[in-house]
Amino acid sequence: MTAVLPMPASATATADYRRRNAKRLKLVLLGLVALVLALALDVSIGPGNLPLADVLRTLVDPQSAAPRLSVIVWDLRLPIALMALAVGAMLGLSGAGMQTILANPLADPFTLGVSAAATVGASVAIVFGWSVLPGAGPFIVTANAFVFALGASLVLFFMTKLRGVSAETMILVGIALLFTCNAITALLQYRSNEVQLTQIVFWTLGSLARATWGKVGVAAVLIAVALPFFLMRGWALTALRLGDERAESMGVRVDRLRLEILIGTSLLAAVSVSFVGGIGFIGLVGPHIARLLVGEDQRFFLPVATIASAVLLSLASSLSKVITPGVIYPIGIITALIGVPFFISLVMSIRSRAV
Amino acid sequence: MALAIRDLDFRYGATPILQGLGTGELPRGELAALVGPNGSGKSTLFRCAAGLLRPRAGSVSLDGADLAGLSQRERARKVFYLSQDTEARVALSVFDIILLARKSLHRGFALAASPEDTRAVEGVIEELGLAPFASRDIATLSGGQRQLAAIGQALVREPDVLLLDEPTSALDVRRQLDVMATIREATRRRGIVTVAAIHDLSLAARFADRVLVMNGGRIAQAGTPESVLAHKAVSETYAVGVHLERSARGTLLVEPYIQVQ
Repeated sequence: MTAVLPMPASATATADYRRRNAKRLKLVLLGLVALVLALALDVSIGPGNLPLADVLRTLVDPQSAAPRLSVIVWDLRLPIALMALAVGAMLGLSGAGMQTILANPLADPFTLGVSAAATVGASVAIVFGWSVLPGAGPFIVTANAFVFALGASLVLFFMTKLRGVSAETMILVGIALLFTCNAITALLQYRSNEVQLTQIVFWTLGSLARATWGKVGVAAVLIAVALPFFLMRGWALTALRLGDERAESMGVRVDRLRLEILIGTSLLAAVSVSFVGGIGFIGLVGPHIARLLVGEDQRFFLPVATIASAVLLSLASSLSKVITPGVIYPIGIITALIGVPFFISLVMSIRSRAV
Repeated sequence: MALAIRDLDFRYGATPILQGLGTGELPRGELAALVGPNGSGKSTLFRCAAGLLRPRAGSVSLDGADLAGLSQRERARKVFYLSQDTEARVALSVFDIILLARKSLHRGFALAASPEDTRAVEGVIEELGLAPFASRDIATLSGGQRQLAAIGQALVREPDVLLLDEPTSALDVRRQLDVMATIREATRRRGIVTVAAIHDLSLAARFADRVLVMNGGRIAQAGTPESVLAHKAVSETYAVGVHLERSARGTLLVEPYIQVQ
């Protein structure tokens, strides 16, 4: 007979910690599976009523597929479906980073004017045909949106640096930027003709139809760099959740951390908004789902927020194609329409289910 | 081998907070209690000593070496400051946040905690009796339990200097005694310097090896509890009368009272 020694109570706490981490890790893996399934669903849906088997066969073996099938799947559907994942991931990571450094669950790059600045850039291109990047050619709207979004982030960056890098300062400057940009866009709309006005409104709605393989590649590289960049600061970011002073006394350089993450989140938001226009709520809802699922430990929170947002946007992309057969609605409308009630029900129904 | 704070000067804007403050040598292995009225500059002194605020003049040195030359990270390794504000309500467990205090200086891809880290966290959980709620989110705990978890952060860090700002303010009587005994024991065993701001003069007298009385941005009196608390500096500082007495158990009791003019 072997005697079973009682475990000290603190060892139980360690076992609990390990169990919780294993559960969180499992959630990350489940999220990745959901990501693949959402992608498959998105690619299989669309005008043309292609049988699922044909779509999958074309994906696996494009050489033997009929040219028409190959074009629909590889040139039309796949870039859009991958763009949905990439943009969702960028918005989710960006929103998660913003919410953490600003200690504000309502923060995302859109509430801080980055998206509004991109719209100003796009509107300038549409109304005046001015390009801030010489040689942008057909990409003048995208290029302008990117430069303006990045410009807004730089303004946010330098003004907060000047004034002291507190969460309050960043939010105040961000809100001021948002209203200024909205006013400029309104002014531009007022000066525009009917065609230009339609173009601006359509751009503002956000649409994945602007996806290209090139954009997918850029987004993928950015995520591949940004996520590890954020994760390397995972412990420090978690410490920041306990408040500035406690984080500082734990050796975290709070000001520098805020600025580093601000640069990362701004770049992610600027790229995503310049590629596909304004897509609201994903960067807000994704991190909230992550927080409910895995809590505030940033080692898990950041990847889960990224994955959850990617899955959400991918599902929204599928939805945008099935509401009216043959019509693909701009995804910004879908995320706003679905996002708001979803967000409210999320907040109301699940108080805390962190593992 | 000691912590020494000399001629510290600090002001918020035009308001002077610390004015040529010196603590003398605070030897390793000793627990010093910092007492003084609200607004006398205790927290500012801690922040300056921890390097979170930059004093206009003066020095903070440990074992003869000035700490001013260290980076924030290096300084945080040597000095841990536990602020009064332990109220953060976030979805992190007690275990999580104690572990965090060990890992927060870490940068890089070692995202997992090492066995050494978890052993240290276990030790602190055992020491402070946190096991019953170690796996609970701090958002669901009482103020006292959150404060205990924060003290756990201070102990797990194994610094050379511990600066504790009112570490027992939210604790019940039993916990106050337990925590102060644990802190004193850890201070002696590890040979570190601990300075704790404490409002309860009896608690200070009971556990501290020396008492520093702070008033008007200066140390008004410093020495053994008995000598300092009997000194008129204490009654002047608080504008109260102070009656000292040894209990039948030999404990020094401090009874402040308001003098009727």
